[in-house]
Amino acid sequence: MKFTLSWLKDHLETDASLDEIVERLTSIGLEVESVDDKAGLKPFVIAKVLTAVQHPDADRLRVLTVDTGDGRPPVQVVCGAPNARAGLIGAFAAPGTYVPGIDVTLAVGKIRGVESHGMMCSERELELSDEHDGIIDLPEDAPVGTSYASYAKLDDPVIDINLTPNRPDATGVHGIARDLAASGMGRLKTPAIEPVSGKGETPVKVRLDFGDTEPLCHGFALRLVKGVKNAASPKWLQQRLIAIGLRPINALVDITNYITFDRGRPLHVFDAAKVKGDLVVRRARDGEKILALDGREYALTPEMCVIADDNGLESIAGVMGGEHSGCDESTTDVLIESALWEPLNIARTGRTLGIITDARYRFERGVDPEFMVPGLELATRMVLDFCGGEPCETEVVGYAGHTPKTVSFPVSEVKRLTGLDVPKADSLDILTRLGFDPHGSGDVVDVSVPSWRPDVEGNADLVEEVMRIHGVDKIAPAPLSSHDAVNGKILTTLQIRTRAAKRALAVRGMMEAVTWSFIPAAHAELFGGGKPELRLDNPIAAEMSDMRPSLLPGLVAAAQRNADKGIGDVALFEVSGTYEGDRPEEQRRVAAGVRRGTAGLEGSGRNWAGNAKNVGVFDAKADAFAALEACGAPVANLQVEASGPSWYHPGRCGTIKLGPKVVLGHFGEFHPKALEVLDASGALCGFEIFIDAVPEPKAKATRTKPRLDLSAFQMVRRDFAFVVDKQVEAGSLSKAALAADRKLISGVNVFDVFEGASIGEGKKSIAIEVSIQPMEKTLTDEDFEALAGKIVDNVKKQTGGVLRG
Amino acid sequence: MTMSDMENLESNLMADIAAASDEPAIENVRIAALGKKGSVSELLKTLGSMSPEDRQVKGPAINGLKNRIAEALAARKDELKDAATTARLAAEKLDVTLPVRQSPAERGRIHPISQVIDEIAAIFGDMGFSIAEGPDVETDHYNFTALNFPEGHPAREMHDTFFFPPGKDGTRKLLRTHTSPVQIRTMETQQPPIRIVIPGKTYRQDSDATHSPMFHQVEGLVIDKTANIANMRWVLEEFCKAFFEVPQLNMRFRPSFFPFTEPSLEVDIQCDRSRPGEVRFGEGNDWMEILGCGMVHPNVLRFAGLDPDEYQGFAWGMGIDRIAMLKYGMPDLRAFFDADVRWLSHYGFRPLDMPTLFGGLSQ
Repeated sequence: MKFTLSWLKDHLETDASLDEIVERLTSIGLEVESVDDKAGLKPFVIAKVLTAVQHPDADRLRVLTVDTGDGRPPVQVVCGAPNARAGLIGAFAAPGTYVPGIDVTLAVGKIRGVESHGMMCSERELELSDEHDGIIDLPEDAPVGTSYASYAKLDDPVIDINLTPNRPDATGVHGIARDLAASGMGRLKTPAIEPVSGKGETPVKVRLDFGDTEPLCHGFALRLVKGVKNAASPKWLQQRLIAIGLRPINALVDITNYITFDRGRPLHVFDAAKVKGDLVVRRARDGEKILALDGREYALTPEMCVIADDNGLESIAGVMGGEHSGCDESTTDVLIESALWEPLNIARTGRTLGIITDARYRFERGVDPEFMVPGLELATRMVLDFCGGEPCETEVVGYAGHTPKTVSFPVSEVKRLTGLDVPKADSLDILTRLGFDPHGSGDVVDVSVPSWRPDVEGNADLVEEVMRIHGVDKIAPAPLSSHDAVNGKILTTLQIRTRAAKRALAVRGMMEAVTWSFIPAAHAELFGGGKPELRLDNPIAAEMSDMRPSLLPGLVAAAQRNADKGIGDVALFEVSGTYEGDRPEEQRRVAAGVRRGTAGLEGSGRNWAGNAKNVGVFDAKADAFAALEACGAPVANLQVEASGPSWYHPGRCGTIKLGPKVVLGHFGEFHPKALEVLDASGALCGFEIFIDAVPEPKAKATRTKPRLDLSAFQMVRRDFAFVVDKQVEAGSLSKAALAADRKLISGVNVFDVFEGASIGEGKKSIAIEVSIQPMEKTLTDEDFEALAGKIVDNVKKQTGGVLRG
Repeated sequence: MTMSDMENLESNLMADIAAASDEPAIENVRIAALGKKGSVSELLKTLGSMSPEDRQVKGPAINGLKNRIAEALAARKDELKDAATTARLAAEKLDVTLPVRQSPAERGRIHPISQVIDEIAAIFGDMGFSIAEGPDVETDHYNFTALNFPEGHPAREMHDTFFFPPGKDGTRKLLRTHTSPVQIRTMETQQPPIRIVIPGKTYRQDSDATHSPMFHQVEGLVIDKTANIANMRWVLEEFCKAFFEVPQLNMRFRPSFFPFTEPSLEVDIQCDRSRPGEVRFGEGNDWMEILGCGMVHPNVLRFAGLDPDEYQGFAWGMGIDRIAMLKYGMPDLRAFFDADVRWLSHYGFRPLDMPTLFGGLSQ
């Protein structure tokens, strides 16, 4: 919402400065987005051409001497304007001035060999209009040496307000002035509107025809003015429209635009000669088309409201008029419309058609119903003033009148909600100044709401009115009471585990990525997703259509993007949501990571001390267990099964389980087909951990750790090598060795795995180091032999392995 | 042996000691002089068969010779050992300018969004708030209706909101456009007093230089029987000072409008933006919008099953990505979601830099 300072002062008597007004507007909720104080026009001064002679070397140029009124000798200016002549008074720009219309800062220069010390400007050069046939030509009494902008009243500052959608009353300068006056800044002085009496009925009748559907028009006022002369509107009006970015068209159109901004009341004018028969206000028929005033054709639906006559559609109600019945210089009889449209319908129509107009802006917020007829009277008065003519009587259809809302307002609500101590009388005074009508004398006052404030519904709205006018800055910050002396833990287990997993993975040299929650459909399907209820109806791009079933596709794609930029060794992780369905409990919390190239734990790439190897399944396994450990999973009790979802390499992946049922995660290298769909290449491995599947920790009475018994006897290590069938898993062999004597054996570590001809076809050798920790006595050779026998026996029993000879 | 013979012997031995160039050589000299059959040992043996007068003269001379030789041997032995050590050390010299690998903890990074969420949790945790979360896929009820968005509100249309296809009951789920649905979910399940902050992902059908279809918000909610705008001002001012780590801030609260609060306010922070790529708070003459807030709308309290005449409170919301950009200077929101390791390495945080109030939020 734009307006100028002088326009505001038509409605508001105030001595306040521009800065004070701007600051006040923002503080009462009419946020000033920008102020154009027209400083750019300040350097242009009124100057007089003393002499004008032909340029010696150019037919179309003249050499002028110009008196700039600063008491110094006249300056020489080369000028190409056809109207440049001795005696002309115009707008002069001295060297150093920025001329906006040509985007040039002037310098002293030579034009065809003659020095020029400045410029006499056209209106276009000052961006005042498109006029460029000649330089500005002012009356003889224009005061030479003074500011051109202030002489021509072009220095009127333009204020632009970023209006919130709840304030239709502030879509007009009058309403803004009312708010400022209520806040104590000046006095509201908008002149009253005198009704204009008409002669005879308006011959064009109006019918609201919505059948049994919801009516989209709540009132329609129409008036014919005959015998008008529709020329240009007065200069002052044109200047105001230009200042706020509108193009003056002709007097009738300019009047409607002026009242739109002056009073927040959009109007429409029809050329009566082009209207055939009566006007019908109705829903558009499916497929009906209209050529609108913007020169475009729009196809309408029954969800939209139109004004039609016997010719067809004449206007998209409340949004934009039709080209056919628009007013131009030939208009002699004009029909002025002032109507009330359904705000929601206007908003939807405007959005659907993609039309943004000043009328829509106001109707969708909700115009003042009680100003429908006064707005028409004001327009009639202006038409008569500018264009002459004879008005008929106003025809009003369908308006049921306005019943003001009343709010029972406990005045103490101001204190309760804001903390402000505003005396009751002051609160009621503020409301009264805003046009509310408080009556009653008790603690609860009945407040009737003015017709221009459809947004006010209850106590909280009235509190806001008092607060914003009294002053938000008067609310002194008051501390919230403190719950406890020392705050306890504030995070849930899931939140703690999420944080811990992130830090644990970052400590492993991985970088945390945040990737899109939506991924391409093909990726989602590949990773077990692609459900219709998780596919967006209106994705922002085709490849962002499906809620991700896994974090891996996004991470693999991200790793590949880095590789495409020449950084192939990357380790990325993400801890975030995946989606198994559209219910809240189907959103999982997952930690996932991907390593590419040689980005292993110890670092990537070549190094004088040894080059890093390509990453593989064991890098992913280590990451997965680190994440699980950080989440508090009982890592020692987990099982790893040699299997995994279809996107992994079937021989190089694993599933981590807690007990037979609870799956905590997967890890592995990727299936070549999966990489093909993901359009990724290179050595890649990844893992995914379901943080929300890790059981809650048991509640403990104390934080005491279990007792630690350290043996006084030396730990002994013994190596064994077994030959087993190739399919036997190292994990089960280790487990068998460990189970041979749970008291004495404290650990088993696989230190070598070997396959070769010497071992035999279909066989492999697994070498383990067994840690033996005696607790009660030093073991004898016989004890060791007995223990070794138990180990060998159990391994044989569990895996078929025999001690390697 | 005459005294001059002894002098000769001594000078010969001393010459041998001096000539010994390594530990075996010096050992040979020792054996030749002081070993069982050594020249000095043999002399000592002659003392037994001497006359007492001779012994009185030669005894001290021979013993003196033995002691001097022993000392010289020991000194030379030490000298040779030192020389050997020096030579070994010289041979072991390495080029210490060779590079070492960075430790994983030096390379790893926490994304700025995670770090800023931890900073927020540290501050609000201190003020007695807890952290609440909610689902990204929401219903129309929680995202709009219960938050007092009227039917037909523009935000409910396809232009702003991501929708899923209608389900069997005809209703369509959507991606939450703000974290506010968690307000309702919390009020439905938890009796006041409530103090929560809600960080999370949010989505809007919007994409340009300053908008991303996915972004992050943090929402705050206080519900009890007295919480008012004065308390809200205090909470937000304290938060902003703590978050931006400045001792003083000027904040401007402007009346504004949101469907779910009444009165509603927007908050600007005074700042200095004269330095390219850097915003300084607590100085300067610019105002920068930072958050929206207000008293929870009575209709919202009713929708959540609370009586607006008994309970009251305030809520606010701000962009996590945005305050991260303001504080740490990332120029472009879209880069947050690119996973470019150069960006992550530069703008990310070291994993062991945990934001705490006792140690400072950032290093």
